[in-house]
Amino acid sequence: MSSVLFDVAGPRARARQRVGTVVGTVLVLGLLGWVLWILWQKEQITPDKWEAFTEPQILEGLAEGLLDTLKAAAVAIALAVAFGLVFASGRLSDHAVLRWPSVLVVEFFRAVPLLLLILFIFFGLGSTLGTFWSLVLGLTLYNGSVLAEIFRAGILSVPRGQSEAAYSVGMRKSQVMRMVLMPQAVRAMLPAIISQCVVALKDTALGFVIGAAGIVDEAARIYISPLYRNPLAVGLVLSAVFIVINYALSRLAQYLESRMRREGRQVVGEEASAAATG
Amino acid sequence: MRFGRTKALCAATMLALALGACGEDTEGGDVEVEDSPEFPAGSTMAELGEEGVTIGVKFDQPGIGFLEPGADDPSGFDIEMAKIIAAELGIAPEDIEWKETVSDNREPFLENDTVDMVLASYSITDERRNIVGQAGPYYVTGQQLLVAADDDSISGPEDLEGKKVCSVTGSTSIQTVEEKYGADPIPFDTYSDCVTQLQNGSVDAVTTDGAILLGYAAQDPENLKVVGEEFSEERYGVGYSKGDTEFCEFLTDTIEASIEDGTWEEAFQATLGEAGVETPEPPDLDPCV
Amino acid sequence: MYFSELVSRLADGFLITVQLLGWSGLFAALIGTVLAGMRVSPITPFRAVGTVYVNTFRNTPLVVLFLIAVVGLPALGILQDSFFWRAVIALSTYTAAFVCECLRSGINTVQPGQAEAARSVGMTFGQTLAIVVLPQAFRAVIPPLASVFIALTKNTSVAAAFGITEATYQLSNLIRDFPGSLVTNFIGISIGYILIVAVISGTASLLERRVAVAR
Repeated sequence: MSSVLFDVAGPRARARQRVGTVVGTVLVLGLLGWVLWILWQKEQITPDKWEAFTEPQILEGLAEGLLDTLKAAAVAIALAVAFGLVFASGRLSDHAVLRWPSVLVVEFFRAVPLLLLILFIFFGLGSTLGTFWSLVLGLTLYNGSVLAEIFRAGILSVPRGQSEAAYSVGMRKSQVMRMVLMPQAVRAMLPAIISQCVVALKDTALGFVIGAAGIVDEAARIYISPLYRNPLAVGLVLSAVFIVINYALSRLAQYLESRMRREGRQVVGEEASAAATG
Repeated sequence: MRFGRTKALCAATMLALALGACGEDTEGGDVEVEDSPEFPAGSTMAELGEEGVTIGVKFDQPGIGFLEPGADDPSGFDIEMAKIIAAELGIAPEDIEWKETVSDNREPFLENDTVDMVLASYSITDERRNIVGQAGPYYVTGQQLLVAADDDSISGPEDLEGKKVCSVTGSTSIQTVEEKYGADPIPFDTYSDCVTQLQNGSVDAVTTDGAILLGYAAQDPENLKVVGEEFSEERYGVGYSKGDTEFCEFLTDTIEASIEDGTWEEAFQATLGEAGVETPEPPDLDPCV
Repeated sequence: MYFSELVSRLADGFLITVQLLGWSGLFAALIGTVLAGMRVSPITPFRAVGTVYVNTFRNTPLVVLFLIAVVGLPALGILQDSFFWRAVIALSTYTAAFVCECLRSGINTVQPGQAEAARSVGMTFGQTLAIVVLPQAFRAVIPPLASVFIALTKNTSVAAAFGITEATYQLSNLIRDFPGSLVTNFIGISIGYILIVAVISGTASLLERRVAVAR
């Protein structure tokens, strides 16, 4: 295989690589073994630490928590998409009175840390909203703003011919936006939307801080209980759950993206989106 | 209301007899449920007796209100007191609906009727009495310190200078130790997280209401102990919708009755008392406003 | 009275935020660069480790990493004294995954012709990487890297839930002591974060202009 950095390997290079591979494998496995041994010594991954996960009631509780988490993420993304569409068109508006507030809103919610936003909402409106909606509102405002920027890029990337044709048959700007540009832009940005789902899902974990029901909250109960005391095991299980779901979503996004590229559609790059930056 | 009070005394006597007969086999003792209590028509008690009661409690404070992972119902001193009150309404413990309240949503839940009562280490304060009603207190405690059982360097708040002390973010406890005693504040979201940090040696002490600390010490008496005189006063009350004086009197009567007939003490012994602490003096209750 | 308290507490909080940002950023950059190198190397086990690392840390919520670092590590007897360094571990290992991906895409934007030319004059893999490829990759990578560090700045706020008295933690403090000041506190803290973000963006723009290459 060749890449920017090295050519197809000749015989000496291949030999070197084989040595390197062996040495590398030994190193990696050795490191892994050492870490596992330490964890075992300190009794963090011994069988009794995993007992909690064999209790059916606990598994039920975790499943419920996961459902709550997924619900929050789904609602937040749905609302965020709506928010993003509104504010993207706001930013592209010809009327400054619509444009400037849209710019301010989007830039503000992108700049503020999400936890700070959620805490602010919870302290202020938590009495009426409750933990679920405080979390969802915070997620919506933040992800909506990120999506607004992505949508804006998407709309701008629709070939100019489309809008020119629409104008030439007499459509007004709002009609052009609604009927010609948006639908194409949204289709082009499907991978980015799905990546944003990954971000939203990860961020639902912040609900743990305000006591929102979710899998992190449920799992925390386990290691706190004097019966189990297994923070590391719990942490590993939690990561595993999230990794599986998020990885699946990312692959879905990648698959959509490559399919759309093959069809020759425009695909909006998501380098600056939250999915790529953390 | 004399009517209510007589009924309460009657019920209390029956409770005492029943408990004497049953003995204490379950955790927290049995409560005898009133068969068909009579309340004035239209009163909150009558309503709740018919429809059932939703009670806001803590799920994360051992000994006070704690939901074991995988358990159906929470347990703790607050829970026991709640069961006693519900029994007075004619509601069996299994029929109580428990809802988790965290410190910030106790008032909102009462205001929008998400819960009918709150027993969640709910300190009585004047500010809160502006928004909700608080009957009681049914327990008086104060800020204390939880330390490692083998730590003798801390015996009271004066020893906290420069030590790492954990409490809940934004609580008055953490403010007091930082400002008055020069401790290094370590904020976490829940007391349980703080206790975990104490147990793994990351902090020197955890501070909050003694009652809450006792609950944790009861879970792990070999490694944790509560030290020091109380350096504040917290009076735990039952939260209810503001202005419902009838209900307040019912609550106050029920609590007083349970103190008189020993069920209060039994509730304590079965929960917080497991930390090896002597049952404190029962509190004097406030009049209903 | 309120205003001076506000400013002084924000200053205390942001001092810690900036320290978290600095150390985590440093370690994230170091670990991320090593990871990027591993992912593009011809040695399979290194590539595997890099890929596993990135996929693990990118898909795990930061909160869970904090849980493992702040609650799990002391159980192993590691770093019991310091909440700060545990937070740094959580933040830097998380951010490193994103730094790695940034650098990797940057390396991929360098034209193959460059590396071919380097090899044709006899440079080794190491020399090619260090002298020809990485500097060009770096240029391409400044804006997304800036975004990663901006994200890191915002992520430091999670430390407030795990024992660190940084900027976001001050929000609950201030509300407790000055009830009714919620909005001003929020705006005040937000301004602090926005300033830090502005500094990062500004530095990135400056850097970009200085290393820009006429094409």
